[in-house]
Amino acid sequence: MTSMNSSVRGTARLIGAGLRALLALTVVCGVLYPLAVTGIAQAAFHHKANGSEVTSGGRVVGSENIGQRFDLDKKDEDGNPLPDPHYFQPRPSAAGTNAYNTQYSIIVSGASNLASDSKVLKETVIDRRKQVAHFNHVSESRVPVDALTASASGLDPHISPAYAELQVNRVAQANGLARDTVARLVKDHTEGRQLGFLGEPRVNVLKLNIALSRLTQR
Amino acid sequence: MSPELAGVLQLAALIGALALVYRPLGDYMAAVYSSEKHLRPEKWIYRCIGANPSTQMRWPAYLRGVLAFSLMGVLFLYLLQRVQGSLPLSLGFTPISPHQAFNTAASFVANTNWQSYSGEQSMGHVVQTAGLAVQNFVSAAVGMAVAIALVRGFARSRTGELGNFWADLVRGTVRILLPLSVVGALVLVACGAIQNFAGIHEVGQLTGGSRQMNGGAVASQEVIKELGTNGGGFFNANSAHPFENPSGFTNLFEIFLILVIPFALTRTFGKLVGNIRQGYAILAAMGLIWLGFTALMMWTEFHHGGAALQEAGGAMEGKEQRFGVGASAIFATSTTLTSTGAVDSFHSSFTGFGGGLTMLGMMLGEIAPGGVGSGLYGMLSMAIIAVFIAGLMVGRTPEYLGKKIGSREIKLAACYILITPTLVLGFTALSMALSTPPDSMLNTAGNSVNHSGAHGFSEVLYAFTSGANNNGSAFAGLNANTQWYNTTIGLAMLLGRFLPMVFVLALAGSLAEQKPVPETAGTLRTEKPLFAGLLVGAILIITGLTYFPALALGPMAEGLS
Repeated sequence: MTSMNSSVRGTARLIGAGLRALLALTVVCGVLYPLAVTGIAQAAFHHKANGSEVTSGGRVVGSENIGQRFDLDKKDEDGNPLPDPHYFQPRPSAAGTNAYNTQYSIIVSGASNLASDSKVLKETVIDRRKQVAHFNHVSESRVPVDALTASASGLDPHISPAYAELQVNRVAQANGLARDTVARLVKDHTEGRQLGFLGEPRVNVLKLNIALSRLTQR
Repeated sequence: MSPELAGVLQLAALIGALALVYRPLGDYMAAVYSSEKHLRPEKWIYRCIGANPSTQMRWPAYLRGVLAFSLMGVLFLYLLQRVQGSLPLSLGFTPISPHQAFNTAASFVANTNWQSYSGEQSMGHVVQTAGLAVQNFVSAAVGMAVAIALVRGFARSRTGELGNFWADLVRGTVRILLPLSVVGALVLVACGAIQNFAGIHEVGQLTGGSRQMNGGAVASQEVIKELGTNGGGFFNANSAHPFENPSGFTNLFEIFLILVIPFALTRTFGKLVGNIRQGYAILAAMGLIWLGFTALMMWTEFHHGGAALQEAGGAMEGKEQRFGVGASAIFATSTTLTSTGAVDSFHSSFTGFGGGLTMLGMMLGEIAPGGVGSGLYGMLSMAIIAVFIAGLMVGRTPEYLGKKIGSREIKLAACYILITPTLVLGFTALSMALSTPPDSMLNTAGNSVNHSGAHGFSEVLYAFTSGANNNGSAFAGLNANTQWYNTTIGLAMLLGRFLPMVFVLALAGSLAEQKPVPETAGTLRTEKPLFAGLLVGAILIITGLTYFPALALGPMAEGLS
């Protein structure tokens, strides 16, 4: 009986030590650490720590790191918004809408998760190629892979230089600008690989469209 | 420059960076775990715990410490999610449902970070920073502590003493994980990751109107998520989200963080057993597998097999433009060969062969280089098996690092390697046999093939492989937020984490009690390339024999169809 009592006491002591260790480390790693990092980050990198928001015409028009849509108010017969021909268009997105917490209308980041041999994905790719070629008045063979596939986050802020160049004619025509002016704009906004080898060449669609809207005064 | 060449250069830069810090970090960790001194903040924590950090523990006491601490972790995290509605800074998010809260608590304490929730629409600031991120630190520190206890088992003789769990836990957190995290978090913020406590707020859009966006302590959580090989994303899209991983540079930096401690621990091991070259042999086995998998992954992703990818002309479905195919391939093998499970691209949309590689990486038991701590003790358990096989070949009692590998040691090592396959194959078989679970598979219904579709099976196999091996990545087509999957994957994660620790610590205790065997001319030289090769062979054969039938039904059937 006494040995049972002492083993119960021993277990209680051990559980108590476990709980106190957890609480102490929660104070260190869960309170002090994030507050210290936030303090330094807010002081040293205020703009970036708060989402790298960009302004145009005196108002915030988004984050340069988060892709956004450039659609008309009109919708097609399936209820999908139609892309605005005045703007450069981003990559397709498979991000979902908030289903869990209806208090907010945040877009839930994510990918299609469709398999590489999926029939649905294959048909989607074929449809996207037709749509992009038709929308930009180019041949289907010119449409690059990033215009045909949904990104991983669904919020990809970039497109490939090839996809940007493909859109130049259509954007120039819609805005009544010279083709060369728009082509130069794309060239100025094309970023190479970081340090020459990190990642892939890309064009930030929001920054490009802001520069475009400055030209058109829209 | 072609994308292929850029990919190879990124791989080379990564290897160079890892090589550069290998010695200093490995030696530093060895010093941390053998130091006699206690820092002032550490003394404060020991007083809180009420433990004397200089007391030596035998293996049962060490194990009881691990289990008590982890049990409290599960209960605390469960509670935090259940009362989320009443916590401050919860952004109005409601409590998490009981089965999902259990799954998430088990997941983060087991260093798995399987997520059946979407971070941005369910977890407030308090649960993220004071709950989930804390387990990112301490579950990693627990893994390192158990690995160090096993190393002490090899290094010590005629004693059963393995060190003090509380001291190892606190030192791993305070002296290794915290300082590296502070520096890493600031690097990420400097490159564009966010770090604030803003609520969900409206951000204007160029064409008019506005959109709701999340704030959060993202960078501070992101860095420990990679460094502690945890993998649970602040956002649903994990490290593909631009706020978690904003550029090509941060992408490679995050892969570096994933790999740096698991690889450097082999140096710590060599240092602590008094023979650096033993550590190099383990490193060579880990490095060879990791490099082989990464090369194969880059090859298959650049070849973009599969009808849909062929149609698109590249494997960019579920990948970000700023990373591209090459860097995404390196991330995928690094995250699945460690116990991380963070993703910068979605494995479900990889080529059939590429998806199979991510799964096979986890099935190896995550030992190349594996999770922080768990990779080292997993690899050392495999080394014992390899030594035993070599002993059978020459008809000698096997020895490793001056310790006899007798029947007790080999039984414990064998139990260790049998646990995860049992959990993975058992739970997968149950899920396929029962009638309800198939409703959760995306790629069966979506592709209008029946429920026995190969990709649907792959999704379930992947989920349990990921859970039981404490990886946490997903073939995300599976709707895992059901009572069945939340509960069974939760159990698989807990059993897959803590049962192996029982056998590892028992093994450590048994080794520490032995007297050292003098080295003779007949001793197998475990620091030589021949042994590293034997080790790799043993790992591949054992894993292959265990999982081949299941792989044939899933990824291989997909690849051949």
